[in-house]
Amino acid sequence: MAHDKNVDKAKRRFLTHVTTSVGAVGTGVAVVPFVSSMQPSARAKAAGAPVEVDISRLEPGRLLKVEWRGKPVWILRRTEEMLATLEADEPGLADPNSSESDQPAYATGRTRSIRPGILVLVGVCTHLGCSPLDKFDTGGTVGQVHDWPGGFFCPCHGSTFDLSGRVYKNVPAPRNLPVPPHSFKDDNTILVGIDHADETGKA
Amino acid sequence: MEKFMQWIDERYPLTETYNEHLAKYYAPKNFNWMYYFGSLALLMLVVQIVTGIFLTMHYKPDARLAFESVEYIMRDVPWGWLMRYLHAVGASFFFIVVYLHMLRGMLYGSHRSPRELLWLVGMVIFLCLMAEAFMGYLLPWGNMSYWGAQVIISLFGAIPYVGDGLTEWIRGDFVVADATLNRFFALHVIALPLVLAGLVFVHLIALHKVGSNNPDGIEIKKNKGPDGIPVDGIPFHPYYTVKDLVGVSVFLMIYFAVVFFMPEFFGWFLEHDNFTPANLLQTPTEIKPLWYFTPFYSILRATTNTLLPYLAGVALVTMVLAVMAVKNLIGRALIVGATVVFIAGLFTLEAKFWGVVLMGLSIVLLALLPWLDRSPVKSIRYRGWMYKTAITVFCINFLLLGWLGTQGVDETKTLLAQVGTIIYLLFFVLMPVYTSLDKTRPVPERLTK
Repeated sequence: MAHDKNVDKAKRRFLTHVTTSVGAVGTGVAVVPFVSSMQPSARAKAAGAPVEVDISRLEPGRLLKVEWRGKPVWILRRTEEMLATLEADEPGLADPNSSESDQPAYATGRTRSIRPGILVLVGVCTHLGCSPLDKFDTGGTVGQVHDWPGGFFCPCHGSTFDLSGRVYKNVPAPRNLPVPPHSFKDDNTILVGIDHADETGKA
Repeated sequence: MEKFMQWIDERYPLTETYNEHLAKYYAPKNFNWMYYFGSLALLMLVVQIVTGIFLTMHYKPDARLAFESVEYIMRDVPWGWLMRYLHAVGASFFFIVVYLHMLRGMLYGSHRSPRELLWLVGMVIFLCLMAEAFMGYLLPWGNMSYWGAQVIISLFGAIPYVGDGLTEWIRGDFVVADATLNRFFALHVIALPLVLAGLVFVHLIALHKVGSNNPDGIEIKKNKGPDGIPVDGIPFHPYYTVKDLVGVSVFLMIYFAVVFFMPEFFGWFLEHDNFTPANLLQTPTEIKPLWYFTPFYSILRATTNTLLPYLAGVALVTMVLAVMAVKNLIGRALIVGATVVFIAGLFTLEAKFWGVVLMGLSIVLLALLPWLDRSPVKSIRYRGWMYKTAITVFCINFLLLGWLGTQGVDETKTLLAQVGTIIYLLFFVLMPVYTSLDKTRPVPERLTK
């Protein structure tokens, strides 16, 4: 074209690039509400909110059941005698180190808890989702375990778990009972659903 | 009439389009029965869209109502059972047709130059189709729907750092819930069908640009008569439209036989566990996807800690081959670097994560076929024993993986699936070697029959 000589091509290129960049940024920003709209809604968050549990009146050796995200969560205050059984259980367990099981990094090891005395578990059998029963009375035979040291027993298909929720060998459940994310707000209050921040964990 | 057509053509290229894509689209004259599956796939897309539209008139995408509304369609809606069975059985038939369509491409080298882009578009269609089928499977809100979705979405949780946030974003809740069902409905009914239709259009335009391949793998456009028409080409319409109608008739007989007489197809097309409503507290004994996902599902499950050293071995073989193929130094350094990072990753990240990666890779490798295949000929008719053996082993292995994916896991089956996974990978990784070593027969000038 005739007037091409007068065109400042560098300026035109610059303006094209700037316009394209601004347009791209604008489009990118416009995507945000659409992507964000797919996140859990306020209602879903409220239903899945952390549960605050007061354990001040939970006696040693007793179990408290609360509901979190539609699942039963157990809180057990373990006595010294109960904790003493854990080591002896291990030869009979399928996954004593919980390496194949589901628990936060701060609740591993033999006690699977932040504080050894307080055990928090999701009370859903890893086999078919039944809720196991607590069998804290020792002695006798529970499932295939003789001289029962105390633990949990699933009535549906006979899976047995020890007092850390660890599953016994040769039962239908493949893994230990999961430990949900949890933390201590103070000595007498547990928050189920919020991860424990202090990696050292107090005894 | 002539005047009317002229009036149209001045305003819209109707006659031109008709000629370019049907009456004057010259296809090779020697198509065999394997060439039915392209048009049959298009037919199945139409069947799924039409039956789907009528199903949405009665279906309710609500966790409390979904299962019941499907039963309502089955029992109370006039002909509802037919719509539902056509759609559910149709999904399986769609995949049968698409798998055979892809096999046809692998047999006759239809992915080779100049049809690489055609093949890539086809692979994207395949991916979309898998997403479409997976989301559709949640909608009846049966127990297998529910737990299948739970398991498959949890796969994304294996991705380091972003995994948990990503799964929550996909589900829109902390477990598979009403929000998940609702959005899967939206994606299944609107988003993905639109994308699929667009991609199928691009697939056809790409095909008509380069022209169809044929069982001889000869470019008919290289041999044109004085009129500019390929001597071995015949107009798509009426020759292949009529031929495809025969294929459609036979296909519909088989399809309807299943729809009318065995819609569940022994639990393969509609799983028994899906006849009970979704139950958050009761997992089915065996969670398994529908048959068309099972080869890839097998690969996913086979990736355990014991498999990782063998994967490192495959990575090393790949590295050596790639280094031999790439001549420049920077390229070689990049390949070695990438392999080292990959192998380091194999032994630091969880096996579960690599299972997801491997499952994705098994599809990506298919997309790379045009570049992995180094044979001077396209069609299996002129290839030597090596490719023939390799593709036979590949097909048997693919079926075996598929079968294993429908079974529960035990030691033997896991081992078999692991061997199958390695064979699957080696088919692709070693392809540049055996296709270039393979002795081929000379390709004739003209099409045979």
